[in-house]
Amino acid sequence: MAVVNLQTLSKNEDLLSGGHRACAGCTGSNILRQIMLTAGRDTVVGGATGCMEVVTTIFPYTAWKTPFIHSAFENCAATVSGAETAYRALKKRGELPVPREKINFVAFGGDGGTYDIGLQSLSGAMERGHNMLYVCYDNEAYMNTGIQRSGATPFGAHTSTAPAGKVKQGKDRHRKDLTKIMVAHNIPYVAQTTPFHWKDLQMKVRKALDVDGPAFINILMPCTVGWGFDPALGMELSKMATDCNFWPLFEVENGEYKLTYKPKADRTPIEEWLKTQVRFKHLFKPGNEHLIVEIQRWVDDEQRKLLKLCGED
Amino acid sequence: MKQIYVGLTGNEAVATAFKQARPHVAPAFPITPQTEMMHKFADFVADGAVDTEMILVESEHSAMSAAIGSAATGARTFTATSSAGFALMWEVIYVAASLRLPICMPVVNRALSGNINIHNDHSDAMGGRDAGWIQMWCENTQEAYDHALMCWRIAEHKDVRLPVMINYDGFIISHTAESLHILPDEDAWKFIGPKDLKTGYSLLDMDHPITVGPLDLTDYYFEHKVSQIEALKRAPKYIAEVYKEFGQLTGRHYSFFEEYRTDDADLVIVALGSTAGTAKDVIDAQREKGVKVGLLKIHMFRPFPAVELAKALSKAKVVGVMDKSASFGGWGGPLFNEIRSALYDLPARPKIHNWVYGLGGRDTDTKQIVSLIEQLQAIAKGREAETVNLLGVRL
Repeated sequence: MAVVNLQTLSKNEDLLSGGHRACAGCTGSNILRQIMLTAGRDTVVGGATGCMEVVTTIFPYTAWKTPFIHSAFENCAATVSGAETAYRALKKRGELPVPREKINFVAFGGDGGTYDIGLQSLSGAMERGHNMLYVCYDNEAYMNTGIQRSGATPFGAHTSTAPAGKVKQGKDRHRKDLTKIMVAHNIPYVAQTTPFHWKDLQMKVRKALDVDGPAFINILMPCTVGWGFDPALGMELSKMATDCNFWPLFEVENGEYKLTYKPKADRTPIEEWLKTQVRFKHLFKPGNEHLIVEIQRWVDDEQRKLLKLCGED
Repeated sequence: MKQIYVGLTGNEAVATAFKQARPHVAPAFPITPQTEMMHKFADFVADGAVDTEMILVESEHSAMSAAIGSAATGARTFTATSSAGFALMWEVIYVAASLRLPICMPVVNRALSGNINIHNDHSDAMGGRDAGWIQMWCENTQEAYDHALMCWRIAEHKDVRLPVMINYDGFIISHTAESLHILPDEDAWKFIGPKDLKTGYSLLDMDHPITVGPLDLTDYYFEHKVSQIEALKRAPKYIAEVYKEFGQLTGRHYSFFEEYRTDDADLVIVALGSTAGTAKDVIDAQREKGVKVGLLKIHMFRPFPAVELAKALSKAKVVGVMDKSASFGGWGGPLFNEIRSALYDLPARPKIHNWVYGLGGRDTDTKQIVSLIEQLQAIAKGREAETVNLLGVRL
């Protein structure tokens, strides 16, 4: 495996051109650029309907310097599985348009397109064993359609369909653990990371593309609009999410869990994280203290379970 | 050319034709009555008769989505479906046509839920008639086989590049063994030919990367839709060419629609699919009795050959259009609406009435067709009749 360092990375080609329509401070386009730095030119990319698809491809423009396909919201994994299969079928008959020993297939979707509407298509593609990497850029709500609650939205977050009001305090359920759902598919590689941890992200993308078979990476994507924070702070929030154990970094290679970042024993209290975002503002109103306690309990519980799986308990 | 005379079900015959087309990729999901078609094809793959990569997906939505991803690379791609499966893939059949992907798909016609019913009517495919696909309809196993060979030439023609749906009636055609003539593999391949992978765009042309399926808003979307409309308008010319070449090769001559004993017919029945076979028998018997009745069976429903149909039906006194699907709350079935609209500009129009029949696989026997012809005779004699009628239902 190639060593990931800034020196080699800085020489890699930037395959997502500027001028796309992502919001100022969007960490999603940064995630895509980072993935492409490692994946390289011989990569076919598929995008589910969502922010990243919409901002990178508005006819007659495209930000993609590699082949790119979008067909709908819930079917990115299935669409890319078709392209990957066609690659094998054409290669077998010596009919590829241009000869290539290896082409990477990378599908991506937001949390709406992955945790929710695209879960069946993703599950099917992973179970079938296609040689592809699926990346979820998880900004924890349907941001493209206007910040609606998804299965990835954390407990207590204000969204446009589960708003904080006089009698309700945002989402009343914790998020589902998609990463573990993907682990349960017994695929060779599953991981979680953030755009702040660039070295971790690059290493994970490299591993995911090198395995023979399907791989899945869940990447937290702080959203300045949906979460309500200063556009300059996206990377800091990525870091903080990890330091407070809200978004731990780990990988699962052939079923073996491994922490790839060990947070300090005195982890940042969850309040520090919640405070940074408007979506959690109502949690700090008098009378809502128990909601923060509940989030802290959940984070600690999840972390304990993860450490056990990683043999770090 | 020497053809092979065999006995096959519709599903087996179509699977045989698709094997002969040597597709690269075939995503598949099971739904009755399409299932046997994919079983048979999977047998061909398992026995090495064809090296197609099958993708055994988890839903019809994913079947069509995978077909889109595959066809976007240039790979020859098919899938097959019926009924609720077709309804589930409805969103993406539009995408397939919009991306101008020459996917071929048998729709083994079956009623839509609810209530759930596995038997034949045409409500599934009629729900996709405006999706931008070419729609061909078959009367029997032979026609299904022939169209499953010809569809590739039509879909992949460089001036067409549109997906093609081949409709044949569930169970009545799909599961009934009939004798038919098939081409030897090498002759079928000579007729179909390899997919042209040189012209057009490929998602796998890594030296010339393309973006497929971008966001397309108010400033370009309309023009892109017009290009689809124009492609469908161009299609009949090439469909006619393929029909002609196929006729010369096999002796089986097709046209956009078949006219059966219509030359001097005062009464003309218009129908799709297997009902046409039953109608032909009844017409033969009625002709013996001196009733001037004929049949017009449509092969090409999309694009709709309105001008040619108007001409063909212009001499009739009464036209009875049979619809094997209901348009709930509409003014008659979908075929009726098209026919009636096509005939509107004729200087002297025949009377045009509609019969909705056979929903959920209700058997359409000769007695029902006789009763329809009797009603057409009465209308011809001036009897008042409803515009939209029902056939074979208990009231």
